[in-house]
Amino acid sequence: MTEGDVSARNALVEVEHLAKHFPVRRGVLNRTIDHVRAVDGVSFQLHRGETLALVGESGCGKTTTGQLILRLIEPTAGRLLFDGQDTLLLDRAGLRKFRRRAQIVFQDPYGSLNPRMTVRTMLREVLSVHGIGRDNGVDDQVVELLGAVGLQPDDARKYPHEFSGGQRQRVGIARALAVQPDFIVADEPVSALDVSVQAQVLNLLADLQKSFQLTYLFITHDLSVVHHIANRVAVMYLGKIVELSDADSLFRNPLHPYTRALLSAVPLAGGGWAHERIVLHSAAAGPPDSATGCPFYSRCPHPEKDSRCRSSAPPLEPKDGDALAACHKL
Amino acid sequence: MTAVPLLSVENLRTYFHGADGPVRAVDGVSFALQPGETLGIVGESGCGKTVACLSILRLVDHPGHIEPNSSVRLRGRELTDAAEAEMREIRGNEISMIFQEPMTSLNPVWTVGSQIAEAVRLHRGSSAADARARAIEMLGLVGIPEPERRVDDYPHELSGGMRQRVMIGMALACDPAVLIADEPTTALDVTIQAEILDLLAELQKRLGMAMIFVSHDLGIVSEIADRVIVMYGGQVVESSTAREIFDRPRHPYTEGMLRSIPVLTQKSQRLSVIPGSVPSPNRWPVGCRFHPRCPYVWERCRSEAPSLPTGTLAARCWLEKEPERRLGGHSRTPSSEAR
Repeated sequence: MTEGDVSARNALVEVEHLAKHFPVRRGVLNRTIDHVRAVDGVSFQLHRGETLALVGESGCGKTTTGQLILRLIEPTAGRLLFDGQDTLLLDRAGLRKFRRRAQIVFQDPYGSLNPRMTVRTMLREVLSVHGIGRDNGVDDQVVELLGAVGLQPDDARKYPHEFSGGQRQRVGIARALAVQPDFIVADEPVSALDVSVQAQVLNLLADLQKSFQLTYLFITHDLSVVHHIANRVAVMYLGKIVELSDADSLFRNPLHPYTRALLSAVPLAGGGWAHERIVLHSAAAGPPDSATGCPFYSRCPHPEKDSRCRSSAPPLEPKDGDALAACHKL
Repeated sequence: MTAVPLLSVENLRTYFHGADGPVRAVDGVSFALQPGETLGIVGESGCGKTVACLSILRLVDHPGHIEPNSSVRLRGRELTDAAEAEMREIRGNEISMIFQEPMTSLNPVWTVGSQIAEAVRLHRGSSAADARARAIEMLGLVGIPEPERRVDDYPHELSGGMRQRVMIGMALACDPAVLIADEPTTALDVTIQAEILDLLAELQKRLGMAMIFVSHDLGIVSEIADRVIVMYGGQVVESSTAREIFDRPRHPYTEGMLRSIPVLTQKSQRLSVIPGSVPSPNRWPVGCRFHPRCPYVWERCRSEAPSLPTGTLAARCWLEKEPERRLGGHSRTPSSEAR
């Protein structure tokens, strides 16, 4: 997974210049007065069997990126390749096939399960929609799935409210696994869980990855979880990737001023901070409204930021070995 | 235990009475708070930490009920049987509280300035002009730029971090002796969270108030608190200091929780876990409430409930009586990563 050649061949998901702009409408005529650039020219690849973490704060576009890749929403611009195939060109049948290979696990195990369906009904539905239920063995399939995520066969008869948060997330994972996907977008899968349960679900995701050769796009705001689960990390800020590198080097030697600030803001259990504190001042003025300039300009603590940072957006380019960063000052 | 503590909670029990018998959300909680001190309360959802805080201010709604023989004293004065009018004088004035959700705790149809001014006028009897001046002063104190302009903003015009600053400003407007902060940073982004923690620590130093800081996050608590209590199953299971609790956790629950947190600076193959999940408060396990999840469990734990000894460093656990068993149980924990 080191040389560019090999990685291109191994790429399961390729994202090129992906963008999603949401219109902002105002007034009685509902005129479009502006656009929110939720995702603004994002490119990266996901290699088979790896976990790429997409990290950032709320509103940075990480969830939108995940939904775009799964074609749950349509991009404004860009190209999306899945296993070498352009998913934006897929017709209905093709899209359905694609969905058998690419699945999602949502953040909120309370809101993403139908409260009126038992686990069995829920899983049977997935199997029948995709036409992969065995004729006389669907119930066995359900039991197998529950076993894979550490639930009991009896749990198939239960409704979502009968489970704890952690167990509910296991049901959500079982539902994603039902179609035997190659790729799972895990959107903040442990954020709603208690610490003691969070570890159980993270271990489960790691086990499943090994047994089913899964590729994960792991979306999270929690950096401490990232180092544990990810091979590589992409840091997003206001719709753009500002840093992309392998997890170890990102945590050892963060390059972009935003990544550095983000890491420095995580308190360590045991007291103190992992990195020297860099306090960012919240942009009271909000994000810069123009598309020009570095998106991080208004909050950047770099002592030498200058007019170039203000006027031209830095490209994401190699800075230190394999690490990519988007900053004029590196 | 020398002087009368600023706030003392003794044997606090808050039950919710329903058709299936009482839900014992808070079940015999005791702690004391000295002036200027920060006490961290740590626990997972359902452990009773929020209900305990609401009980101090008597903000628990029906069917919740503070049971007889519970005691909450502010400077020696009993609050559990105080008149409602007396409680209104105390809330927001002597004891203030800030909540997790800055979005839903502010009234969307009033400007932030008028909401801060309301507290000042109610408790201090200030004139409208003085109250407005105080609101501007508080907004400045909590680091909101251009407070003279922002005072007339509505909550929706502010970001999440700014709204939490407004909440803090409102809570501190009457110079409370005690500030209860219930997960004040949980809904915020990590860089904003760091700012708010810094702000709280700085304001506490400057204003000399005591603080109860509630969180599920041990890292945050260790950053801000002097002393820490850990809650599980409606009870305090460990009482310690911010330093000691990480270096030498006494209760197996604390130990398990510390082990299960992914460490930012190191990568491990597998996270250690606490098996099972938090029990539900209408069916606490018999004996020690943690015993079904405990790696050290033996017969005694299943039948007899341990008590919490007094003292700064204490755990509600039979291991305190039979420490040699700790070695036996260790091999049974799922992971043996060295810490």
